[in-house]
Amino acid sequence: MIRLTAITRVFRMGDQEVRALNGINLEIASGEYVSIMGPSGSGKSTLLNVIGLLDQPDGGRYELDGSDVTDLSETERARVRREKIGFVFQSFHLVPRLTAAENIELPLMLEGIAPTERKSRVDAALDAFDLKDRARHRPAELSGGQRQRVAIARATILRPTALLADEPTGNLDHRIGAEVMELLEGLHHAGTTLIVVTHDRELGARAHRHIAMRDGEIVADEK
Amino acid sequence: MNLRDTLTLSFQTVVSYRTRSLLIVLAMALGVAAVVVLTALGDGARRYVVGQFSSLGTNLVFVLPGRAETSGGFPGAALGQTPRDLTLEDARFIAHLPQVKRMAPLNVGVAELTSGGRLREVTVLGSTSELLPIRHMRLSQGSFLAHGSERSAQIVLGSTLAHEFFPDGEPVGQRIRLGDSRFLVSGVLAPQGESMGFNSDEIVIIPIDYAQELFNTQSLFRILIEARSRTDIEPAKAAISHVLKQRHDGEEDVTVITQDAILATFDRILRALTLGVAGIAAISLAVAGILVMNVMLVAVAQRTSEIGLLKALGAPAADIRRLFFAEALWLSLAGGAIGYALGNAGAWMIRLAYPQLPAWPPDWASVAGVATALLTGVVASLLPAARAARLDPVLALSGK
Ligand SMILES: Nc1ncnc2c1ncn2[C@@H]1O[C@H](COP(=O)(O)OP(=O)(O)OP(=O)(O)O)[C@@H](O)[C@H]1O
Ligand SMILES: [Mg+2]
Repeated sequence: MIRLTAITRVFRMGDQEVRALNGINLEIASGEYVSIMGPSGSGKSTLLNVIGLLDQPDGGRYELDGSDVTDLSETERARVRREKIGFVFQSFHLVPRLTAAENIELPLMLEGIAPTERKSRVDAALDAFDLKDRARHRPAELSGGQRQRVAIARATILRPTALLADEPTGNLDHRIGAEVMELLEGLHHAGTTLIVVTHDRELGARAHRHIAMRDGEIVADEK
Repeated sequence: MNLRDTLTLSFQTVVSYRTRSLLIVLAMALGVAAVVVLTALGDGARRYVVGQFSSLGTNLVFVLPGRAETSGGFPGAALGQTPRDLTLEDARFIAHLPQVKRMAPLNVGVAELTSGGRLREVTVLGSTSELLPIRHMRLSQGSFLAHGSERSAQIVLGSTLAHEFFPDGEPVGQRIRLGDSRFLVSGVLAPQGESMGFNSDEIVIIPIDYAQELFNTQSLFRILIEARSRTDIEPAKAAISHVLKQRHDGEEDVTVITQDAILATFDRILRALTLGVAGIAAISLAVAGILVMNVMLVAVAQRTSEIGLLKALGAPAADIRRLFFAEALWLSLAGGAIGYALGNAGAWMIRLAYPQLPAWPPDWASVAGVATALLTGVVASLLPAARAARLDPVLALSGK
């Protein structure tokens, strides 16, 4: 469960102040499927980064799965990210030097899992995401949809409780984007909390809960 | 991330940035190779000189006329005096000292050697029968100057001269003219080649009396003394100084040096030289270290979004620091190993080209060279690694 209370995030650019998040109160239960929409600059990405513990709010409290994670040290935050959060980005963020299989293996390596177990888990993931015949390919040799599938496989290999996707279909054409969304929704059906930031009304409408943001505030929250 | 995965992952990175890695490895390798080759040269020169000088004889003490003071010259020089000659009479007194095993007086000059229409300027050593054992010389034919032969006109030829003047190969018993006198060839020296810049194959040796007459001098060039044993060297030196001071009216106008002292001096100077060139070569390693630092800083900048990704996946700062650290370690390890191999190959080629020079890199230099490479590589990666670990995840992900 995610519970944000009066979260603020302020960026200072010279003498100008941008309130990217301005007093956000938000509760998302485990297993929910939430879309976040809003105009550019409204704070969607910043909210997602705060939820994923990539960014630290300047004010407010953040409770994740019952424990206060507002003031954790950087090392502890890294551990929580590893164990509970999966990120999916618009630009995939695959390591170009590594093969699809090696990219998927990265979180297992970071977690310190033994090579034999790593291999079987990566194989299973390649199977599940229909990437079996692309295992030895590098990102440059994959299509956009395949890259995003590798990224999703990597984000979920440690079975996070929450999957945070920031415009996951932004770099894909409509048909492939829909496929990727189905994949993410499949993970949601398996029990993962799914939070998707999107500009696409149609895709956003598929979520079970719709959050609209403007100027760092939540202006609508409908089931 | 565990150590093995860190090393594997960073190794993959090093391999995939091929050109960049080769550049660093090359710079490192050249630095290490320079240390190895230059110390091999320096130490080879040291061993060569020390070896040559040791082969001159054992437990040697030399007496030469004049004071070899650092201020230069003999104290009486300011008063218009010249140092007293070192004479054959002095030499005979030395021969009677209990610590002295044998003694050979020495005069050196140049004269014309003629026989059967051939003529050549040669270096002439005047000495006694004792020169042969003291200087560890060997004969290939005939005999050396006979003991007590100072009054008989014998001559010993260097091997090259024997070949030149007697191509038939039967020089012993033949007559040959040196300067204005005729000498009977008693023996031929075994070929020895160059030693201490002095080619004993192109000299002749005659009795000391004839040499002094030929060069019209009463003063000896050197007296070579062999002490009875190692422990007798210093007492012999003291006794010789004492005797000569007495004989020269209390004037210390000769220099007595031991072979050991000269050896030690050579050894010290050449060791210092070797250390010096090693130090200079090591500077090139420091330069390589700066190169590593720059390249690693560029790598951090290039891979900013990748570092952001690792952070998003939950890599703690320590993991990221270690990844860059390991990368530098691989680079300097490869540079050190290749440099070590290159340096040894270079030293081997020097030994091929100059067989007399024992150009073996000293162990300490090889170890120091490779260790310096590792150390500079690792130290140079500290700053870039720390910078990577400190990056803000959100900014890094967006490549800023
Ligand atoms: N690192 C930063 N430094 C300064 N300002 C920032 C920074 N990150 C975000 N902002 C500002 O905060 C506000 C919210 O940014 P955010 O990226 O969350 O918007 P967004 O809703 O994701 O927009 P988009 O739809 O364009 O991705 C914007 O005004 C943005 O300029
Ligand atoms: Mg955004």
